[in-house]
Amino acid sequence: MSLNLENIDRVVGGETHIADMNLTLEPGSFNVLLGRTLSGKTTLMRLMAGLDTPTRGRVLMNGQDVTGRSVRHRNVSMVYQQFINYPSLTVYDNIASPLKLAKAGRAEIDRRVRSIAEMLHIEHLLDRQPLELSGGQQQRTAMGRALVKDADVVLFDEPLVNLDYKLREEFREELRTVFSERNCIAVYATTEPAEALALGGNTAVLHQGRLLQYGPTADIYHRPSDIRAAEMFSEPPINIVKGILTDSEISFDDTLHFPVGNDFSTLVSGEYRFGIRASHISLTRRAKSDIEVHMTVDLAEISGSETFLHVHNEHFYMTAHLEGVHEFRVDAPVTLYFSAHKIYAFDHEGAVVHIPTHLRGI
Amino acid sequence: MNKVHNNRAWWLILPMLLLVAFSAVIPLMTVVNYSVQDVFDANTRFFTGTEWFKEMLNDPALQAAVLRQFAFSLTILAIEVPLGIGVALIMPKKGWQASAALILVTMPLLIPWNVVGSIWQIFTRGDIGLMGWSLRELGYGYNITSNPVDAWVTIILMDVWHWTSLIALLCYSGLRSIPDAYYQAARIDRASKWAVFRYIQLPKLTNVLVIGVLLRFMHSFMIYAEPFVLTGGGPGSSTTFLSQSLTTMAIGQQDLGPSAAFSLIYFLIILLVTWVFYTAIMNMQKDNNKGA
Repeated sequence: MSLNLENIDRVVGGETHIADMNLTLEPGSFNVLLGRTLSGKTTLMRLMAGLDTPTRGRVLMNGQDVTGRSVRHRNVSMVYQQFINYPSLTVYDNIASPLKLAKAGRAEIDRRVRSIAEMLHIEHLLDRQPLELSGGQQQRTAMGRALVKDADVVLFDEPLVNLDYKLREEFREELRTVFSERNCIAVYATTEPAEALALGGNTAVLHQGRLLQYGPTADIYHRPSDIRAAEMFSEPPINIVKGILTDSEISFDDTLHFPVGNDFSTLVSGEYRFGIRASHISLTRRAKSDIEVHMTVDLAEISGSETFLHVHNEHFYMTAHLEGVHEFRVDAPVTLYFSAHKIYAFDHEGAVVHIPTHLRGI
Repeated sequence: MNKVHNNRAWWLILPMLLLVAFSAVIPLMTVVNYSVQDVFDANTRFFTGTEWFKEMLNDPALQAAVLRQFAFSLTILAIEVPLGIGVALIMPKKGWQASAALILVTMPLLIPWNVVGSIWQIFTRGDIGLMGWSLRELGYGYNITSNPVDAWVTIILMDVWHWTSLIALLCYSGLRSIPDAYYQAARIDRASKWAVFRYIQLPKLTNVLVIGVLLRFMHSFMIYAEPFVLTGGGPGSSTTFLSQSLTTMAIGQQDLGPSAAFSLIYFLIILLVTWVFYTAIMNMQKDNNKGA
């Protein structure tokens, strides 16, 4: 079962929610929709499910046009950000509900409900009602409802947002296992680049209703097609600094000059925007060729065991993603290092023109 | 560990105690006072014990009124609750239609009881009332002053017209609080409209329905002005409900002792039935939650 979206537009009251979307999801694939709020993830899922119809374009399932077909006549299931279950039914009956509506036999229902419950580790809760369960257990029940009926497309709309960190990690791992054994198309929407990386599979990067890039998740991360895709797929966003490339060196806003080796040999000289990942900037020199830059601290944002260090000089801003807890006073001077080999370059339209050499061949 | 008790905190409940005393206990105690005595004038009184209570409980006219009262309250509940849910379900959900529907539905609730009685009194008159005249023209000898069935049907219609809106409004607010995702999920499950109602909307409405049923029961059990204005309790005593019997006894006949006893019995019946309703519904929910 494959799913094709062809030239899809969705316009609601003059506002374009999805523009010229072309996307092909392969059977058995796990797909992440990555984008910020209002990037069109939910709209796209609703179109895939058949809850909405596109203003223009076609939706094909296994080559068959299902554009106008309502959700009732498609075999899809969906898990929401809120924990949606039938409030008056037990966990068992909740999971059984899609099968009952599909008029499956009693023994068949029982077998499938129990095997799904076991897979999701809620077999001991089958007699309870959703409101007596914790958030994680409620969401497991909702997932059970979505998974029990062997849908062709299973949609997850930010299902882990309302759960705590530990549970999320657990869920992600389980999800990957569950879907590795299935032949349905899984689509998973998230706002977090880290979650997309953890889930793997394929990633579609969305921005303002447009598809920026689609491909294997690690590929998209390492080889973004343009600045926006790179920004969307990194947290904190990749640092973008304007600079000039000449035959022998790169200069950032005339203040910082550094020589470049053969890395940039394919690029003609001129003005570019250079991308440095926040996680590639460090407080210590890691290699002799590392570039040294003197900055002033704006804010050291400490989250758990990591520090986001926001710094500036007269010409540009940067954010460094540092391991461990580092405290800095505001306006304190700081010296940072990054490697010239790990720099991306983008042209004036934002398209990527240079990808770090070591990532090209993967 | 030694705990220091600070009993000064008790003073804080004193204002509340005074308030309750003046608003409930003192008036109620005067009624209790009258219910156990036969009072002739300011200086002449006899202690009667439970005599008035026995008399009241054995009075066939009052027993009939109690039965009539229950029949009335249960009938209007049986009509207004399903009808109110139905109205709430078909009310528009957004746009100007929603506001218009809300105003229309609220209208009957804003009319005072005796005005409602008067409206229906005129509405049902055979000579000038729209309903009375039309029914007669259609060949039905409609007359609420001589036919008890006509009188009953009219009073029930009047109450349904006046109060269904309350249930409808409560349910409407309950329905609005259900997130859209529930309906989407049901569509994806291919659930029928009935299943959506039975398994999503109805469970989410239980709480507001408890309030609705209790309010409507208490209200209808105390109904007075509307039937009094419409039928005056007739024909005969066929639409004489409890509060009207009580008023006749206390104000009309000045039988203070018996009417005080009767008031207390009346009060206890309402308290008891409300408690039974409440407990029953709460138990139903608990059983539901435990799962069969």
